[in-house]
Amino acid sequence: MSETTSNQMGPSSFGQGLRDGLPIGLGYFPVSFAFGILASSGGLSWWQASLISLLNLTSAGQFAGLDILLSSGTLMEMAISQVVINIRYSLMSITLSQKVDASVGGYFRYVFPFNVTDEIFGIAATRPSISRSYWRGIRVLPIVGWTLGTLMGALLGSVLPEALMNAMSVMLYAMFIAIIIPICKKEMPVLIACLIAVCLNTLLTYVPFLKNLGLSSAMGVIVCAVLSSLICAVLFPRPMEGGTDES
Amino acid sequence: MNPDGFFLYLLVMAGTTYLVRAIPFVLIRKKIKNRFLNSFLYYIPYTVLAAMTFPAIFYVSSSLPASILGTITALALSFFGQSLLVVAASSALVIYLAQLVL
Repeated sequence: MSETTSNQMGPSSFGQGLRDGLPIGLGYFPVSFAFGILASSGGLSWWQASLISLLNLTSAGQFAGLDILLSSGTLMEMAISQVVINIRYSLMSITLSQKVDASVGGYFRYVFPFNVTDEIFGIAATRPSISRSYWRGIRVLPIVGWTLGTLMGALLGSVLPEALMNAMSVMLYAMFIAIIIPICKKEMPVLIACLIAVCLNTLLTYVPFLKNLGLSSAMGVIVCAVLSSLICAVLFPRPMEGGTDES
Repeated sequence: MNPDGFFLYLLVMAGTTYLVRAIPFVLIRKKIKNRFLNSFLYYIPYTVLAAMTFPAIFYVSSSLPASILGTITALALSFFGQSLLVVAASSALVIYLAQLVL
């Protein structure tokens, strides 16, 4: 990496981040809209629902947290549920810590993790390196989409046609496919890793015995991803960076 | 919901979620040298994306054929090297239209 990763253009720029964030923001909208509906029907006001989304920026954790909040669960239950559901973010943060360049330092080191989500991680971690400007760009539209979706869901309820919401929610997955396919064409080990992950998750979703383990779908995804990545790290270890350790 | 209680729940919820994200990120500042660990971290984002997408993508619409059409659109356009936005928008359009027709 040379100076080409400047602030104006290039793979590490604010603009590139913003573009990468657009499909995420659009994909978040219908999910957070549903959260808004649920929160307001449970008795929260529009600003309470929106504030939860703005400060948490996570789907599974918020749905579980809302449940505990509305049923007046204990604060300990709240903390434990959030740790268990969101522990996957720790793994993502470790990966991201290896990807950020020198511009992510100082106070930004503490701001950065606020915006680690499955989707932002998935996109950002496939970039060669992550700069402060890129991260500032990629988080904008997901935050807007997630918070605005919640606000509108809480205020409007079910006024958007279902067909439109469904079409928006596919954008997230279509974007994931668009990231995976090109690298799978180039690198056989990645293709194999992805196929193993998909097979495992399919088993986890449909086989009754595994379904009954009671994993949340977000946690199931992580279990499958970790297993397949471990398998492929054993089968196809990567050459070390710098290339001196090819043997 | 009484506002005091709300803020207490919100604080615990957002605070815990932040710490889970931040602790490893703030603590790990060196490049990991271990080859196995690096290989694992290299595969992780792709396997996360793959497992998040399948089989969930087949349930984005209440119409399975519409979802399958949208999936095929995304796979085909990505295979031929289209950008993220083109793939995402086309797939959404196909699903939207398919839902109206099917």
